[in-house]
Amino acid sequence: MTLAQKRTPTTSTRKPVNSKLMQRLDDIVSPLIALIILLAIWQVLASIPGLTTLPTPVRVVQETWMPLIAYPFYNNGGTDKGLFWQVMSSLQRVAIGYSLAAIVGISLGIVVGMNQRVAKSLDPIFQILRTVPPLAWVPIALAALQQNQPSAIFVIFITALWPILINTAVGVRQIPADYNNVAQVLQLPKSEYFFKILFPAALPYIFTGLRISIGLAWLAIIAAEIVMSGIVGIGFFIWNAYQNNQVSEIILALVYIGLVGWLLDKMMERLQMLILPSGQR
Amino acid sequence: MAMTTAIQNLQAADSSANQTPFLVVDRVSKVYPTKDGSYTVLKDVNLTVHQGEFICVIGHSGCGKSTLLNMVSGFSHPTEGEVRLQGKPIIKPGPDRMVVFQGYALLPWLSVFENVYLGVNSVYPEKSKAEKTRIVKEHLAMVGLADSMEKKPPQISGGMKQRVAIARALAIRPEVLILDEPFGALDAITKEELQEELLKIWNDHRCTVLMITHDIDEALFLADRLVMMTNGPAADIGEVLDIPFRRPRDRARIMEAPEYYKLRNYALDFLYNRFAHDDTE
Repeated sequence: MTLAQKRTPTTSTRKPVNSKLMQRLDDIVSPLIALIILLAIWQVLASIPGLTTLPTPVRVVQETWMPLIAYPFYNNGGTDKGLFWQVMSSLQRVAIGYSLAAIVGISLGIVVGMNQRVAKSLDPIFQILRTVPPLAWVPIALAALQQNQPSAIFVIFITALWPILINTAVGVRQIPADYNNVAQVLQLPKSEYFFKILFPAALPYIFTGLRISIGLAWLAIIAAEIVMSGIVGIGFFIWNAYQNNQVSEIILALVYIGLVGWLLDKMMERLQMLILPSGQR
Repeated sequence: MAMTTAIQNLQAADSSANQTPFLVVDRVSKVYPTKDGSYTVLKDVNLTVHQGEFICVIGHSGCGKSTLLNMVSGFSHPTEGEVRLQGKPIIKPGPDRMVVFQGYALLPWLSVFENVYLGVNSVYPEKSKAEKTRIVKEHLAMVGLADSMEKKPPQISGGMKQRVAIARALAIRPEVLILDEPFGALDAITKEELQEELLKIWNDHRCTVLMITHDIDEALFLADRLVMMTNGPAADIGEVLDIPFRRPRDRARIMEAPEYYKLRNYALDFLYNRFAHDDTE
Protein backbone atom coordinates (compact mmCIF):
# COMPACT_ATOMS: atom_id res chain seq x y z
CA MET A 1 0.00 0.00 0.00
CA THR A 2 2.64 2.52 1.07
CA LEU A 3 4.92 1.34 -1.68
CA ALA A 4 2.29 1.83 -4.33
CA GLN A 5 1.48 5.27 -3.03
CA LYS A 6 5.11 6.27 -3.10
CA ARG A 7 5.66 5.02 -6.58
CA THR A 8 2.72 6.64 -8.32
CA PRO A 9 3.78 10.26 -7.86
CA THR A 10 7.35 9.66 -9.04
CA THR A 11 6.28 8.04 -12.28
CA SER A 12 3.57 10.59 -12.88
CA THR A 13 5.96 13.49 -12.39
CA ARG A 14 8.39 12.00 -14.83
CA LYS A 15 5.90 11.40 -17.61
CA PRO A 16 2.68 13.10 -16.61
CA VAL A 17 0.96 13.12 -20.00
CA ASN A 18 2.01 9.64 -20.95
CA SER A 19 0.97 7.95 -17.72
CA LYS A 20 -2.38 9.72 -17.73
CA LEU A 21 -3.02 8.52 -21.23
CA MET A 22 -1.95 5.04 -20.23
CA GLN A 23 -4.33 5.18 -17.29
CA ARG A 24 -7.20 6.21 -19.59
CA LEU A 25 -6.32 3.51 -22.09
CA ASP A 26 -6.17 0.97 -19.31
CA ASP A 27 -9.66 2.01 -18.15
CA ILE A 28 -10.98 1.08 -21.56
CA VAL A 29 -8.77 -1.85 -22.47
CA SER A 30 -9.27 -3.90 -19.30
CA PRO A 31 -13.07 -4.04 -19.48
CA LEU A 32 -12.82 -4.68 -23.21
CA ILE A 33 -10.61 -7.72 -22.64
CA ALA A 34 -13.01 -8.98 -19.98
CA LEU A 35 -15.90 -8.53 -22.40
CA ILE A 36 -14.13 -10.44 -25.16
CA ILE A 37 -13.35 -13.31 -22.78
CA LEU A 38 -16.98 -13.49 -21.62
CA LEU A 39 -18.25 -13.43 -25.20
CA ALA A 40 -15.79 -16.19 -26.09
CA ILE A 41 -17.02 -18.36 -23.22
CA TRP A 42 -20.60 -17.77 -24.34
CA GLN A 43 -19.64 -18.60 -27.93
CA VAL A 44 -18.05 -21.87 -26.85
CA LEU A 45 -20.85 -22.92 -24.49
CA ALA A 46 -23.59 -22.10 -26.99
CA SER A 47 -21.77 -24.05 -29.68
CA ILE A 48 -21.80 -27.30 -27.73
CA PRO A 49 -24.65 -29.29 -29.25
CA GLY A 50 -27.48 -30.26 -26.91
CA LEU A 51 -26.44 -27.94 -24.08
CA THR A 52 -28.67 -24.96 -24.80
CA THR A 53 -30.83 -23.51 -27.54
CA LEU A 54 -29.47 -20.01 -26.93
CA PRO A 55 -27.82 -18.55 -30.03
CA THR A 56 -24.12 -17.79 -30.00
CA PRO A 57 -23.10 -14.11 -29.97
CA VAL A 58 -22.05 -14.36 -33.58
CA ARG A 59 -25.48 -15.68 -34.52
CA VAL A 60 -27.17 -12.94 -32.52
CA VAL A 61 -25.40 -10.31 -34.56
CA GLN A 62 -26.07 -12.14 -37.83
CA GLU A 63 -29.76 -12.58 -37.13
CA THR A 64 -30.40 -9.05 -35.93
CA TRP A 65 -28.16 -7.14 -38.30
CA MET A 66 -30.99 -6.51 -40.76
CA PRO A 67 -32.78 -4.34 -39.92
CA LEU A 68 -32.38 -3.95 -36.15
CA ILE A 69 -28.68 -3.15 -35.77
CA ALA A 70 -28.18 -1.52 -39.13
CA TYR A 71 -31.34 0.62 -39.09
CA PRO A 72 -32.28 1.70 -35.57
CA PHE A 73 -34.39 4.57 -36.99
CA TYR A 74 -36.72 2.64 -39.32
CA ASN A 75 -40.43 3.16 -38.87
CA ASN A 76 -43.05 0.95 -40.50
CA GLY A 77 -45.89 2.27 -38.37
CA GLY A 78 -47.64 0.52 -35.48
CA THR A 79 -45.24 -1.28 -33.20
CA ASP A 80 -42.90 -2.16 -36.08
CA LYS A 81 -40.24 0.43 -35.38
CA GLY A 82 -36.47 0.55 -35.00
CA LEU A 83 -34.86 0.05 -31.61
CA PHE A 84 -34.11 3.76 -31.30
CA TRP A 85 -37.83 4.51 -31.39
CA GLN A 86 -38.62 1.65 -29.05
CA VAL A 87 -36.11 2.96 -26.52
CA MET A 88 -37.30 6.54 -26.98
CA SER A 89 -40.92 5.59 -26.27
CA SER A 90 -39.89 3.84 -23.09
CA LEU A 91 -37.65 6.74 -22.07
CA GLN A 92 -40.50 9.17 -22.64
CA ARG A 93 -42.68 7.25 -20.21
CA VAL A 94 -39.82 7.13 -17.73
CA ALA A 95 -39.28 10.89 -18.09
CA ILE A 96 -42.91 11.67 -17.30
CA GLY A 97 -43.33 9.15 -14.48
CA TYR A 98 -39.95 9.95 -12.97
CA SER A 99 -40.49 13.72 -13.07
CA LEU A 100 -43.84 13.30 -11.33
CA ALA A 101 -42.19 11.06 -8.74
CA ALA A 102 -39.45 13.65 -8.19
CA ILE A 103 -41.92 16.50 -7.72
CA VAL A 104 -44.24 14.56 -5.41
CA GLY A 105 -41.41 12.74 -3.61
CA ILE A 106 -39.37 15.83 -2.81
CA SER A 107 -42.34 17.95 -1.70
CA LEU A 108 -43.91 15.19 0.37
CA GLY A 109 -40.49 14.21 1.73
CA ILE A 110 -39.89 17.75 2.98
CA VAL A 111 -43.29 17.81 4.70
CA VAL A 112 -42.66 14.41 6.29
CA GLY A 113 -39.13 15.39 7.31
CA MET A 114 -40.23 18.62 8.95
CA ASN A 115 -43.21 17.28 10.83
CA GLN A 116 -42.73 14.58 13.44
CA ARG A 117 -46.42 13.73 13.63
CA VAL A 118 -46.86 13.38 9.89
CA ALA A 119 -43.70 11.28 9.78
CA LYS A 120 -44.93 8.98 12.54
CA SER A 121 -48.33 8.53 10.92
CA LEU A 122 -47.15 7.92 7.39
CA ASP A 123 -43.87 6.08 7.83
CA PRO A 124 -45.34 2.58 8.30
CA ILE A 125 -47.50 3.04 5.20
CA PHE A 126 -44.49 4.13 3.17
CA GLN A 127 -42.39 1.26 4.44
CA ILE A 128 -45.02 -1.26 3.37
CA LEU A 129 -45.87 0.31 0.02
CA ARG A 130 -42.26 0.69 -1.02
CA THR A 131 -41.71 -3.07 -0.92
CA VAL A 132 -44.50 -3.74 -3.42
CA PRO A 133 -42.75 -4.76 -6.65
CA PRO A 134 -43.46 -2.74 -9.80
CA LEU A 135 -45.18 -5.67 -11.56
CA ALA A 136 -47.69 -5.98 -8.73
CA TRP A 137 -48.83 -2.42 -9.37
CA VAL A 138 -49.64 -3.17 -13.02
CA PRO A 139 -53.06 -4.83 -12.56
CA ILE A 140 -54.09 -2.13 -10.09
CA ALA A 141 -52.96 0.58 -12.46
CA LEU A 142 -54.80 -1.03 -15.40
CA ALA A 143 -57.94 -1.49 -13.36
CA ALA A 144 -57.87 2.09 -12.11
CA LEU A 145 -56.73 3.91 -15.23
CA GLN A 146 -58.10 1.60 -17.98
CA GLN A 147 -55.48 2.56 -20.57
CA ASN A 148 -51.96 1.32 -21.19
CA GLN A 149 -50.11 4.63 -21.45
CA PRO A 150 -51.23 6.24 -18.17
CA SER A 151 -50.91 2.89 -16.40
CA ALA A 152 -47.30 2.49 -17.50
CA ILE A 153 -46.53 6.01 -16.31
CA PHE A 154 -48.24 5.31 -13.00
CA VAL A 155 -46.16 2.17 -12.45
CA ILE A 156 -42.96 4.16 -13.01
CA PHE A 157 -44.20 6.93 -10.75
CA ILE A 158 -45.07 4.62 -7.87
CA THR A 159 -41.80 2.68 -8.20
CA ALA A 160 -39.58 5.75 -8.34
CA LEU A 161 -41.46 7.65 -5.66
CA TRP A 162 -40.36 5.85 -2.48
CA PRO A 163 -36.59 6.24 -2.55
CA ILE A 164 -36.95 9.94 -3.40
CA LEU A 165 -39.53 10.49 -0.68
CA ILE A 166 -37.77 8.54 2.04
CA ASN A 167 -34.33 9.97 1.30
CA THR A 168 -35.66 13.53 1.19
CA ALA A 169 -37.38 13.05 4.55
CA VAL A 170 -34.18 11.66 6.07
CA GLY A 171 -32.20 14.54 4.57
CA VAL A 172 -34.51 17.10 6.14
CA ARG A 173 -34.42 15.32 9.49
CA GLN A 174 -30.61 15.14 9.39
CA ILE A 175 -30.03 18.86 8.99
CA PRO A 176 -27.22 19.59 11.47
CA ALA A 177 -28.51 21.20 14.67
CA ASP A 178 -25.95 23.98 14.18
CA TYR A 179 -27.64 25.15 10.99
CA ASN A 180 -31.05 25.18 12.62
CA ASN A 181 -29.58 27.05 15.59
CA VAL A 182 -28.18 29.69 13.25
CA ALA A 183 -31.62 30.04 11.66
CA GLN A 184 -33.21 30.39 15.09
CA VAL A 185 -30.81 32.93 16.51
CA LEU A 186 -30.99 35.03 13.33
CA GLN A 187 -34.77 34.54 13.25
CA LEU A 188 -34.65 33.79 9.55
CA PRO A 189 -37.94 34.16 7.71
CA LYS A 190 -39.52 30.86 6.59
CA SER A 191 -38.76 31.30 2.90
CA GLU A 192 -35.16 32.24 3.63
CA TYR A 193 -34.81 29.19 5.89
CA PHE A 194 -36.22 26.95 3.19
CA PHE A 195 -34.01 28.11 0.33
CA LYS A 196 -30.81 28.92 2.21
CA ILE A 197 -30.74 26.13 4.80
CA LEU A 198 -33.31 23.34 4.50
CA PHE A 199 -33.15 22.65 0.78
CA PRO A 200 -29.37 22.86 0.31
CA ALA A 201 -28.78 20.83 3.49
CA ALA A 202 -31.11 18.06 2.29
CA LEU A 203 -29.86 18.17 -1.31
CA PRO A 204 -27.23 15.41 -1.03
CA TYR A 205 -29.90 13.05 0.35
CA ILE A 206 -32.38 14.12 -2.33
CA PHE A 207 -29.80 13.26 -4.97
CA THR A 208 -29.17 9.87 -3.43
CA GLY A 209 -32.91 9.20 -3.73
CA LEU A 210 -33.05 10.51 -7.28
CA ARG A 211 -30.17 8.30 -8.33
CA ILE A 212 -31.63 5.14 -6.82
CA SER A 213 -34.97 5.97 -8.40
CA ILE A 214 -33.76 6.51 -11.94
CA GLY A 215 -32.47 2.93 -11.98
CA LEU A 216 -35.70 1.60 -10.49
CA ALA A 217 -37.81 3.60 -12.94
CA TRP A 218 -35.95 2.06 -15.86
CA LEU A 219 -36.41 -1.43 -14.39
CA ALA A 220 -40.09 -0.73 -13.87
CA ILE A 221 -40.82 0.41 -17.40
CA ILE A 222 -39.51 -2.82 -18.89
CA ALA A 223 -41.66 -4.83 -16.50
CA ALA A 224 -44.70 -2.65 -17.10
CA GLU A 225 -44.45 -2.72 -20.89
CA ILE A 226 -44.03 -6.45 -21.07
CA VAL A 227 -47.55 -6.97 -19.80
CA MET A 228 -49.05 -4.10 -21.77
CA SER A 229 -49.63 -5.40 -25.24
CA GLY A 230 -49.63 -3.34 -28.39
CA ILE A 231 -47.54 -0.35 -27.33
CA VAL A 232 -44.25 0.89 -28.73
CA GLY A 233 -41.52 0.36 -26.17
CA ILE A 234 -38.49 -1.77 -25.50
CA GLY A 235 -40.35 -3.86 -22.92
CA PHE A 236 -43.12 -4.86 -25.24
CA PHE A 237 -40.55 -5.37 -27.99
CA ILE A 238 -38.99 -8.10 -25.86
CA TRP A 239 -42.33 -9.72 -25.16
CA ASN A 240 -43.25 -9.61 -28.82
CA ALA A 241 -39.93 -11.17 -29.80
CA TYR A 242 -40.44 -13.91 -27.23
CA GLN A 243 -43.91 -14.67 -28.61
CA ASN A 244 -42.32 -15.07 -32.05
CA ASN A 245 -39.41 -17.08 -30.71
CA GLN A 246 -36.80 -14.53 -31.81
CA VAL A 247 -34.25 -15.07 -29.05
CA SER A 248 -31.54 -13.05 -30.81
CA GLU A 249 -33.78 -9.98 -30.82
CA ILE A 250 -34.37 -10.37 -27.10
CA ILE A 251 -30.64 -10.50 -26.44
CA LEU A 252 -30.04 -7.42 -28.54
CA ALA A 253 -32.81 -5.58 -26.66
CA LEU A 254 -31.19 -6.56 -23.36
CA VAL A 255 -27.95 -4.95 -24.50
CA TYR A 256 -29.85 -1.76 -25.32
CA ILE A 257 -31.63 -1.79 -21.96
CA GLY A 258 -28.38 -2.25 -20.10
CA LEU A 259 -26.64 0.54 -21.98
CA VAL A 260 -29.52 2.97 -21.49
CA GLY A 261 -29.75 2.17 -17.77
CA TRP A 262 -26.04 2.74 -17.41
CA LEU A 263 -26.28 6.03 -19.28
CA LEU A 264 -29.17 7.20 -17.09
CA ASP A 265 -27.15 6.51 -13.96
CA LYS A 266 -24.10 8.31 -15.38
CA MET A 267 -26.31 11.26 -16.24
CA MET A 268 -27.59 11.51 -12.70
CA GLU A 269 -24.03 11.24 -11.40
CA ARG A 270 -22.96 14.11 -13.65
CA LEU A 271 -25.89 16.21 -12.52
CA GLN A 272 -25.01 15.49 -8.91
CA MET A 273 -21.40 16.57 -9.50
CA LEU A 274 -22.56 19.72 -11.26
CA ILE A 275 -25.08 20.84 -8.69
CA LEU A 276 -23.67 19.74 -5.34
CA PRO A 277 -20.77 21.81 -4.00
CA SER A 278 -17.59 19.81 -3.52
CA GLY A 279 -17.85 19.79 0.27
CA GLN A 280 -21.19 18.01 0.20
CA ARG A 281 -20.64 15.09 -2.15
CA MET B 1 -14.47 51.38 32.65
CA ALA B 2 -13.38 47.80 32.87
CA MET B 3 -12.04 48.44 36.33
CA THR B 4 -15.19 49.97 37.66
CA THR B 5 -17.52 47.38 36.17
CA ALA B 6 -15.49 44.55 37.57
CA ILE B 7 -17.51 44.20 40.67
CA GLN B 8 -17.62 40.85 42.25
CA ASN B 9 -21.16 39.66 42.28
CA LEU B 10 -21.89 36.32 43.75
CA GLN B 11 -25.44 37.05 44.75
CA ALA B 12 -27.53 38.82 42.16
CA ALA B 13 -30.41 39.04 44.60
CA ASP B 14 -28.63 41.29 47.04
CA SER B 15 -26.61 43.13 44.46
CA SER B 16 -26.22 46.71 45.50
CA ALA B 17 -24.03 47.80 42.62
CA ASN B 18 -24.57 51.37 41.60
CA GLN B 19 -24.96 50.42 37.92
CA THR B 20 -28.18 49.02 36.56
CA PRO B 21 -27.71 45.32 35.92
CA PHE B 22 -27.75 44.50 32.22
CA LEU B 23 -27.92 40.74 32.16
CA VAL B 24 -29.13 38.88 35.23
CA VAL B 25 -29.03 35.15 35.85
CA ASP B 26 -31.47 34.90 38.73
CA ARG B 27 -31.48 31.73 40.88
CA VAL B 28 -31.37 29.51 37.84
CA SER B 29 -31.53 25.73 38.09
CA LYS B 30 -31.59 23.29 35.25
CA VAL B 31 -32.86 19.76 35.73
CA TYR B 32 -32.94 17.17 32.97
CA PRO B 33 -35.28 14.23 33.30
CA THR B 34 -33.50 10.92 32.68
CA LYS B 35 -34.45 7.26 32.87
CA ASP B 36 -33.15 6.93 36.43
CA GLY B 37 -34.79 10.05 37.80
CA SER B 38 -33.91 13.67 37.29
CA TYR B 39 -30.41 14.99 36.78
CA THR B 40 -29.60 18.45 38.10
CA VAL B 41 -27.04 20.18 35.91
CA LEU B 42 -27.11 23.62 37.48
CA LYS B 43 -28.41 24.59 40.89
CA ASP B 44 -29.20 28.10 42.08
CA VAL B 45 -26.86 29.97 39.80
CA ASN B 46 -26.73 33.73 40.20
CA LEU B 47 -24.76 36.14 38.05
CA THR B 48 -25.08 39.78 37.19
CA VAL B 49 -23.32 41.15 34.13
CA HIS B 50 -23.02 44.83 33.33
CA GLN B 51 -23.24 46.35 29.91
CA GLY B 52 -20.01 46.13 27.96
CA GLU B 53 -18.38 43.63 30.26
CA PHE B 54 -16.22 40.81 28.99
CA ILE B 55 -16.97 37.66 30.97
CA CYS B 56 -15.18 34.35 30.62
CA VAL B 57 -16.64 31.14 32.03
CA ILE B 58 -14.32 28.32 32.96
CA GLY B 59 -14.92 24.89 34.46
CA HIS B 60 -14.42 21.21 33.85
CA SER B 61 -16.36 19.52 31.11
CA GLY B 62 -19.83 18.55 32.21
CA CYS B 63 -20.12 21.42 34.66
CA GLY B 64 -22.94 23.04 32.76
CA LYS B 65 -21.09 26.01 31.25
CA SER B 66 -22.74 25.45 27.89
CA THR B 67 -26.11 24.92 29.57
CA LEU B 68 -25.73 28.25 31.33
CA LEU B 69 -24.87 30.08 28.11
CA ASN B 70 -27.64 28.28 26.23
CA MET B 71 -30.10 29.77 28.66
CA VAL B 72 -28.75 33.23 27.90
CA SER B 73 -28.98 32.61 24.16
CA GLY B 74 -32.46 31.15 24.63
CA PHE B 75 -31.84 27.66 23.23
CA SER B 76 -32.49 26.18 26.65
CA HIS B 77 -34.84 27.24 29.42
CA PRO B 78 -34.23 27.29 33.17
CA THR B 79 -36.20 24.75 35.17
CA GLU B 80 -36.30 27.26 37.99
CA GLY B 81 -35.45 30.93 38.09
CA GLU B 82 -35.00 33.13 35.07
CA VAL B 83 -32.49 34.94 32.92
CA ARG B 84 -33.24 38.58 32.19
CA LEU B 85 -31.72 40.92 29.64
CA GLN B 86 -32.41 44.59 30.40
CA GLY B 87 -35.19 43.52 32.74
CA LYS B 88 -36.97 41.30 30.21
CA PRO B 89 -36.96 37.53 30.66
CA ILE B 90 -35.28 35.57 27.87
CA ILE B 91 -37.74 33.23 26.14
CA LYS B 92 -36.22 32.31 22.80
CA PRO B 93 -33.09 32.85 20.69
CA GLY B 94 -32.78 36.19 19.01
CA PRO B 95 -30.22 38.28 17.14
CA ASP B 96 -29.73 40.56 20.17
CA ARG B 97 -27.87 37.64 21.75
CA MET B 98 -25.80 36.37 18.86
CA VAL B 99 -23.87 33.17 19.25
CA VAL B 100 -20.53 32.15 17.79
CA PHE B 101 -21.01 28.40 17.71
CA GLN B 102 -18.36 25.87 18.68
CA GLY B 103 -18.22 24.28 15.22
CA TYR B 104 -18.45 27.68 13.44
CA ALA B 105 -21.84 26.69 11.96
CA LEU B 106 -21.17 28.28 8.59
CA LEU B 107 -23.34 27.16 5.71
CA PRO B 108 -20.98 25.38 3.31
CA TRP B 109 -23.09 26.10 0.21
CA LEU B 110 -22.95 29.87 0.74
CA SER B 111 -19.88 32.00 0.13
CA VAL B 112 -18.20 33.81 3.01
CA PHE B 113 -19.99 36.98 1.93
CA GLU B 114 -23.38 35.26 1.69
CA ASN B 115 -22.96 33.67 5.10
CA VAL B 116 -22.59 37.06 6.72
CA TYR B 117 -25.20 38.64 4.45
CA LEU B 118 -27.80 36.07 5.51
CA GLY B 119 -27.75 37.42 9.06
CA VAL B 120 -27.58 41.10 8.11
CA ASN B 121 -30.46 40.65 5.68
CA SER B 122 -32.59 38.94 8.30
CA VAL B 123 -31.93 41.47 11.06
CA TYR B 124 -32.14 44.63 8.92
CA PRO B 125 -34.85 43.85 6.36
CA GLU B 126 -35.61 47.56 6.00
CA LYS B 127 -32.09 48.55 4.94
CA SER B 128 -31.21 48.88 1.24
CA LYS B 129 -29.21 46.21 -0.50
CA ALA B 130 -26.25 48.54 -0.93
CA GLU B 131 -26.31 49.39 2.76
CA LYS B 132 -26.43 45.73 3.78
CA THR B 133 -23.60 44.91 1.39
CA ARG B 134 -21.56 47.72 2.92
CA ILE B 135 -22.13 46.36 6.44
CA VAL B 136 -21.06 42.85 5.39
CA LYS B 137 -17.94 44.08 3.63
CA GLU B 138 -17.00 46.32 6.53
CA HIS B 139 -17.17 43.45 9.02
CA LEU B 140 -15.33 41.02 6.79
CA ALA B 141 -12.60 43.60 6.34
CA MET B 142 -12.48 44.03 10.10
CA VAL B 143 -11.57 40.37 10.57
CA GLY B 144 -9.14 40.51 7.66
CA LEU B 145 -11.18 38.56 5.13
CA ALA B 146 -11.79 41.24 2.51
CA ASP B 147 -9.98 39.12 -0.07
CA SER B 148 -11.76 35.86 0.65
CA MET B 149 -15.38 36.98 0.41
CA GLU B 150 -16.22 34.83 -2.58
CA LYS B 151 -14.70 31.65 -1.18
CA LYS B 152 -16.84 28.86 0.22
CA PRO B 153 -16.24 27.68 3.82
CA PRO B 154 -14.74 24.29 2.79
CA GLN B 155 -12.02 26.20 0.95
CA ILE B 156 -10.80 28.19 3.95
CA SER B 157 -8.87 27.29 7.11
CA GLY B 158 -10.32 26.81 10.59
CA GLY B 159 -9.01 30.17 11.73
CA MET B 160 -10.63 31.88 8.75
CA LYS B 161 -13.91 30.08 9.41
CA GLN B 162 -13.89 31.34 12.98
CA ARG B 163 -13.25 34.85 11.66
CA VAL B 164 -16.27 34.56 9.39
CA ALA B 165 -18.37 33.36 12.33
CA ILE B 166 -17.22 36.34 14.39
CA ALA B 167 -17.88 38.75 11.50
CA ARG B 168 -21.35 37.25 11.05
CA ALA B 169 -22.06 37.67 14.74
CA LEU B 170 -20.81 41.26 14.99
CA ALA B 171 -22.36 42.45 11.73
CA ILE B 172 -25.81 42.34 13.29
CA ARG B 173 -24.70 44.45 16.29
CA PRO B 174 -25.81 42.15 19.09
CA GLU B 175 -26.28 43.41 22.64
CA VAL B 176 -24.62 40.27 23.92
CA LEU B 177 -22.07 38.18 22.09
CA ILE B 178 -21.93 34.56 23.21
CA LEU B 179 -18.91 32.47 22.31
CA ASP B 180 -18.73 28.76 23.10
CA GLU B 181 -15.04 27.82 23.18
CA PRO B 182 -14.39 29.75 20.01
CA PHE B 183 -10.67 29.10 19.75
CA GLY B 184 -10.50 25.57 21.14
CA ALA B 185 -9.81 23.88 17.81
CA LEU B 186 -7.21 26.34 16.56
CA ASP B 187 -3.44 26.17 16.66
CA ALA B 188 -1.63 28.30 19.24
CA ILE B 189 -0.55 31.09 16.89
CA THR B 190 -3.90 31.52 15.18
CA LYS B 191 -5.51 31.42 18.58
CA GLU B 192 -3.41 34.30 19.91
CA GLU B 193 -4.02 36.31 16.76
CA LEU B 194 -7.75 35.85 17.02
CA GLN B 195 -7.79 36.66 20.72
CA GLU B 196 -6.11 39.97 19.96
CA GLU B 197 -8.50 40.67 17.10
CA LEU B 198 -11.47 39.86 19.29
CA LEU B 199 -10.25 42.24 21.99
CA LYS B 200 -9.70 45.00 19.47
CA ILE B 201 -13.15 44.55 17.98
CA TRP B 202 -14.72 44.40 21.42
CA ASN B 203 -12.95 47.65 22.29
CA ASP B 204 -14.56 49.31 19.27
CA HIS B 205 -18.00 47.74 19.59
CA ARG B 206 -18.36 47.54 23.34
CA CYS B 207 -20.88 44.75 23.27
CA THR B 208 -21.22 42.52 26.28
CA VAL B 209 -19.31 39.28 25.83
CA LEU B 210 -19.89 35.89 27.45
CA MET B 211 -17.28 33.35 26.48
CA ILE B 212 -16.69 29.76 27.48
CA THR B 213 -13.06 28.72 27.58
CA HIS B 214 -10.83 25.95 28.84
CA ASP B 215 -7.76 28.10 28.77
CA ILE B 216 -6.88 30.12 31.88
CA ASP B 217 -4.36 32.30 30.03
CA GLU B 218 -6.95 33.13 27.41
CA ALA B 219 -9.40 34.15 30.11
CA LEU B 220 -6.82 36.27 31.93
CA PHE B 221 -5.90 38.06 28.72
CA LEU B 222 -9.48 38.73 27.60
CA ALA B 223 -11.87 38.97 30.50
CA ASP B 224 -12.93 41.60 33.00
CA ARG B 225 -14.18 38.82 35.23
CA LEU B 226 -13.62 35.11 35.21
CA VAL B 227 -16.54 32.98 36.31
CA MET B 228 -15.29 29.68 37.74
CA MET B 229 -17.79 26.88 37.99
CA THR B 230 -17.87 23.99 40.43
CA ASN B 231 -18.27 20.45 39.18
CA GLY B 232 -21.57 18.87 38.23
CA PRO B 233 -24.03 17.48 39.04
CA ALA B 234 -25.79 20.47 40.56
CA ALA B 235 -22.95 22.78 39.55
CA ASP B 236 -22.84 26.35 40.65
CA ILE B 237 -20.64 29.37 40.23
CA GLY B 238 -17.85 28.71 42.69
CA GLU B 239 -16.10 32.01 42.51
CA VAL B 240 -15.86 35.07 40.30
CA LEU B 241 -12.36 36.37 39.81
CA ASP B 242 -11.76 40.04 38.99
CA ILE B 243 -9.09 40.58 36.39
CA PRO B 244 -7.94 44.11 36.91
CA PHE B 245 -5.40 44.59 34.09
CA ARG B 246 -5.64 47.96 32.39
CA ARG B 247 -6.96 48.08 28.84
CA PRO B 248 -5.92 48.06 26.11
CA ARG B 249 -4.04 44.98 27.17
CA ASP B 250 -0.69 43.92 25.93
CA ARG B 251 -0.05 40.22 26.24
CA ALA B 252 3.65 40.52 27.01
CA ARG B 253 3.08 43.29 29.54
CA ILE B 254 0.39 41.53 31.56
CA MET B 255 2.32 38.29 31.61
CA GLU B 256 5.16 40.12 33.33
CA ALA B 257 2.91 41.49 36.02
CA PRO B 258 3.31 39.65 39.34
CA GLU B 259 -0.45 39.77 39.74
CA TYR B 260 -0.83 37.66 36.63
CA TYR B 261 0.71 34.64 38.31
CA LYS B 262 -1.21 35.20 41.50
CA LEU B 263 -4.46 35.15 39.53
CA ARG B 264 -3.31 32.27 37.39
CA ASN B 265 -2.29 30.17 40.37
CA TYR B 266 -5.49 31.01 42.13
CA ALA B 267 -7.57 29.84 39.17
CA LEU B 268 -5.42 26.73 38.76
CA ASP B 269 -5.82 25.93 42.42
CA PHE B 270 -9.58 26.31 42.08
CA LEU B 271 -9.78 24.01 39.06
CA TYR B 272 -7.24 21.38 39.96
CA ASN B 273 -7.25 21.22 43.76
CA ARG B 274 -10.42 22.58 45.21
CA PHE B 275 -12.68 21.39 42.40
CA ALA B 276 -10.53 18.80 40.73
CA HIS B 277 -12.27 16.74 38.12
CA ASP B 278 -13.18 13.33 39.40
CA ASP B 279 -12.28 10.91 36.64
CA THR B 280 -13.93 7.96 38.30
CA GLU B 281 -17.34 9.39 37.49
